[in-house]
Amino acid sequence: MSFYLVQFLSGLATAATLFLVSSGLTIVFGVTRIVNFAHGSFYMLGAYLGWTLVERWGTTPLGFWGAVAAASLAVGLLGALMEIGLLRRLYRSPELFQLLATFGVVLVVQDAASWIWGSEDLLGRRAPGLRGSVDILDQPFPLYDLVLIGLGPLVLGLLWLLFNRTRWGTLVRAATQDRDMASALGVDPARLFTGVLFLGSALAGLGGALQVPREAVNLHMDMAIVVEAFVVVVVGGMGSLTGAFVASLLIGQLQAFGILVFPQITLVLVFLFMAVVLVIRPYGLLGRAEDAPPTAASPGPPLVAAAGAARWAPALLLALLAAVPLVAGDYALIVLTEVVILALLAASLHLLIGLGGLVSFGHAAYFGLGAYGAALLVKHLAAPMPLALAAAPLVAGLGALATGWFCVRRSGLYFAMLTLAFAQIVWSVTFQWYGVTGGDNGILGVWPPDWAAGKAAYYWLTLALAGGALLLLRRAAFAPFGYALRAGRDSALRAESVGIDVRRHQWLSFALAGSAAGLAGGLYAFAKGSVFPTLMAVPVSVDALVMVLMGGIQTLSGPVVGAALFHLLETEAMSRTDWWRLVLGTIILVLVLAFPKGVAGFVRDLWTRGRDA
Amino acid sequence: MTGQPLLSIRGLQAWYGRAHILTGVDLAVERGEVVALMGRNGAGKTTTMKAIMGLLDRRAGSVAFDGREVSALPPHRVARLGLGYVPEDRRVFTDLTVEENLEVGRQPPRDGAPHWTPERLYALFPNLAEMRGRRGGRMSGGEQQMLTLARTLMGNPSLLLLDEPSEGLAPRIVQQMADALRALKAEGLSILVSEQNLAFAAAVADRASVIEMGQIRFEGPMRSLLEDEAVRRAYLAV
Repeated sequence: MSFYLVQFLSGLATAATLFLVSSGLTIVFGVTRIVNFAHGSFYMLGAYLGWTLVERWGTTPLGFWGAVAAASLAVGLLGALMEIGLLRRLYRSPELFQLLATFGVVLVVQDAASWIWGSEDLLGRRAPGLRGSVDILDQPFPLYDLVLIGLGPLVLGLLWLLFNRTRWGTLVRAATQDRDMASALGVDPARLFTGVLFLGSALAGLGGALQVPREAVNLHMDMAIVVEAFVVVVVGGMGSLTGAFVASLLIGQLQAFGILVFPQITLVLVFLFMAVVLVIRPYGLLGRAEDAPPTAASPGPPLVAAAGAARWAPALLLALLAAVPLVAGDYALIVLTEVVILALLAASLHLLIGLGGLVSFGHAAYFGLGAYGAALLVKHLAAPMPLALAAAPLVAGLGALATGWFCVRRSGLYFAMLTLAFAQIVWSVTFQWYGVTGGDNGILGVWPPDWAAGKAAYYWLTLALAGGALLLLRRAAFAPFGYALRAGRDSALRAESVGIDVRRHQWLSFALAGSAAGLAGGLYAFAKGSVFPTLMAVPVSVDALVMVLMGGIQTLSGPVVGAALFHLLETEAMSRTDWWRLVLGTIILVLVLAFPKGVAGFVRDLWTRGRDA
Repeated sequence: MTGQPLLSIRGLQAWYGRAHILTGVDLAVERGEVVALMGRNGAGKTTTMKAIMGLLDRRAGSVAFDGREVSALPPHRVARLGLGYVPEDRRVFTDLTVEENLEVGRQPPRDGAPHWTPERLYALFPNLAEMRGRRGGRMSGGEQQMLTLARTLMGNPSLLLLDEPSEGLAPRIVQQMADALRALKAEGLSILVSEQNLAFAAAVADRASVIEMGQIRFEGPMRSLLEDEAVRRAYLAV
C-alpha cells in the first residue's frame, strides 16, 4: 500500500514539472497562436542556467532559490527577445512559418548550449535544506519532490489571479480574442505579446531550473519535454490553464503507474492516452471549439498549372537530373539520390499541408513504415527488391488509411497531435518489438541486387520511381480530387454545401500521401542498406515539415526545392563543421525573415510581378 | 483653441488587398459637431472608419486629428490620442464580463474630453448596470451594441467614430441609441457616425457627408440633405 502511495506522490512531482512547462506553452499559444517548438529549448536553457547559478550560489537555501529564480527570469528575457526580434515580424505570416522560425531557434539553442556547457551530462547540487527524505508510511520520499508537488497548484493559483484579477491579464485575454479591436481601444498588442512570451518562457525556465537537483542536465532535454508538454496542452485543451493542470496530473500518474502495469509499452502509453482523449473529446478535456487553431490554409493565389515554356520545366529538370551520372562521382550521386527521395517525402507531406490544409507532425511514420515494410520482407521472406519496393507504398498506405481515419476527424493542431501520437506509437512498437524489428539495432543488409547496386543505376531507379510518383502527385493536385481537397481546405462548410465529402477526400489524400512517403521510405532503405527506428522518429517528421515550409506551401515545386535546399545545406554544413545545427538554424531564421512566403513562393512572386510590370 | 476642425481628412485612399476601395475621401468634423457619413452598402463607410483608425494594411492621404497628422500611426497610438472607434460588428470580447470589457477600454482622463467611469456609464446605459458580471457572449445584440459604445467611451475620447450603430437593432433599442448619442453630444463630444438609416441620422446629426464609390458626393447641413431629393435618390435610395 505504502509503495503505491509513494508512487502516486512521485507521479504528482512529475506532474508539477509538466504543468510548469506546459502552462507556459499553453499561455503562449493561447495569445499568439504560435506553436512554439522553442519552448523546450527554454526549458533546457533554464536547466543549464540553473545548474551554473546553483553551482555558484546554491550552498544556502536563499542562494539556491535565488539561483532558480534568476535562471527563470533570464530565460523569460530570452523569450521576450525572441518575440521582439523574430516572432513580431511573423505575426502576419502563415502560422506554419512561425513554427518553422521557432524550430530554427531550437537548432541554434542546441548548439549554443553545447558550446557553452559541453555535451557531457551535468549533475547538479541538491537543494540545501531539502536533501533528505521523509518517511511516508515507512517509505522514504524525497523532501524536494514534496516541495515541487506544492508548487504546481501554487503556480496555477498565481496564474489564475494574474489573468483574472489584474488589468494586464484582462488586456491579454482581450487581445487573445480580438487583436485588432484591442489595439483600436488603445492597447499595444506588441508589448502585451512580449510580456506573454516573457511569462511563458520564464515558466519553462523555472521548470528547467527546478530539475537541477533531480536529474542530469543534458542536450536532449528540449525535444523530450516539448513533445510531452504538447501532449499535456492538447489533452487539457489548447489555451486552458486548468486543462493543462488536470492533464499534467493524469499524465504524471500514467507515467508513475504505467511503468508498473505495462512495462512493455511505457514509451507509447502517453501517446495512446492522448489519442484516446482526442478521439473521445475533440478539443481536449477542457478546450472549446473556438480555441481550435486555424488550419494551414494560407491566403495565397490559387495554384495554376504552368503554361507555355514553363510547362516543360519538370521534364527538362528530370532530363538534366538523369544526365548527372555522366559527370558526377559516387558521393555526389549518393547525396543526390537522397535528395530525390526526400523530395518525394516532402511532396507527399505537401499534398496534406498545401492542398489539404492538414499539418501532420508525424509524417515520418509512413516513411518508416515503407522502409520497414521493404526491409522486413527482405529479412524474413528474402523477397527480391522489386517486390519489397512494391510493398513499401502498400504497407505505408494501409497504415495511413487506418490511422488517417481517426486523424481527419480532427482539424488544426489537434489533427497534428493525433498524427504525432500515431507516429510515436508506430515508432515505439518498432523500437520495443525486438523479435521482429530488431529494436534499435535495426535491420541490416537491405541492399539492392547486382543490377541496381551501382550508385548510378540505383540513382536512375530512384529518379524513375520517385519522379513518377511526383508526377502522379502533381496530377492529383490538378485533378478534380485536388480541387475538392483545396475547396475543403479553404472552406469546409462551403465545400460540403456543394456536395463535396471533405472528410473522405482528406482521408484519401492522407492515404495517398502515406503511400508516397512509403515509397520514399522503401527507396531510402535500399539506398542505405539498413533501417533503424530513427527513420520514423520525431526529427524526421520535423525535417520533412521544414523542407515543405522552406520551399513554401503555396507552390507544387516548393517542397521539391525545399527538400533539395534543406538536404544539401544539412549535408554541407555537417561535413564542414560540428556546429551544423547553428548554421542550419541561422539559415532557417534568415530565410524565414527574408522570405516569409518560402523560397519558391518568393521566386514565383518575382516571376508574376515581372510579368505584371 | 485653433480654428481648424477637430478631424480633417484629405484625399484618403484605402485598399483591401488589391481592391481599391477609397479613391479620395475629404471629410471634416468640427468640435462639438455630429456628422453623419451616409451611403449605401459597399459605398466605403466602414472602410473610411477603419482607414482613419489605421486598421487597414494599405492607405494613403492625410488624416489630421486635433492638428496632428495620424495617418502613419498604428491603431493603438491613434486611439490614445482620443479617437474612439465603435465598430459596426460590435466585437465585444465575448469571454470577458461587462466590467472587464469596460476595463480594456479604460484610458487616463483627457483634457477637453468628458471623463467616464463605469458608474457614469452604468447611469447612461442602465441595462449594462444590471449585468456587470455577465460575459459579453451571453448578451443580446442590442446590449452588445451598448457595451461596445460604453467600452469605447472608457477611453475618454474627444471624437467618436461610430460605425452603423443602428444596424440590426430593434426600433426600441435604436431609440435608446439615438438618445444616448444626443446625451453624448450634450457632454461636448464630437461624433462621426456612419449610417444608412436616414431617420436615425436626421435625429442625431448636424451635418451629413454622402459617400459613393469611395468618394464624397455631397456635403452639407443635415437639413439640406433632407430637402435635396435628387441627392437622396442618387446615393441613398436602394
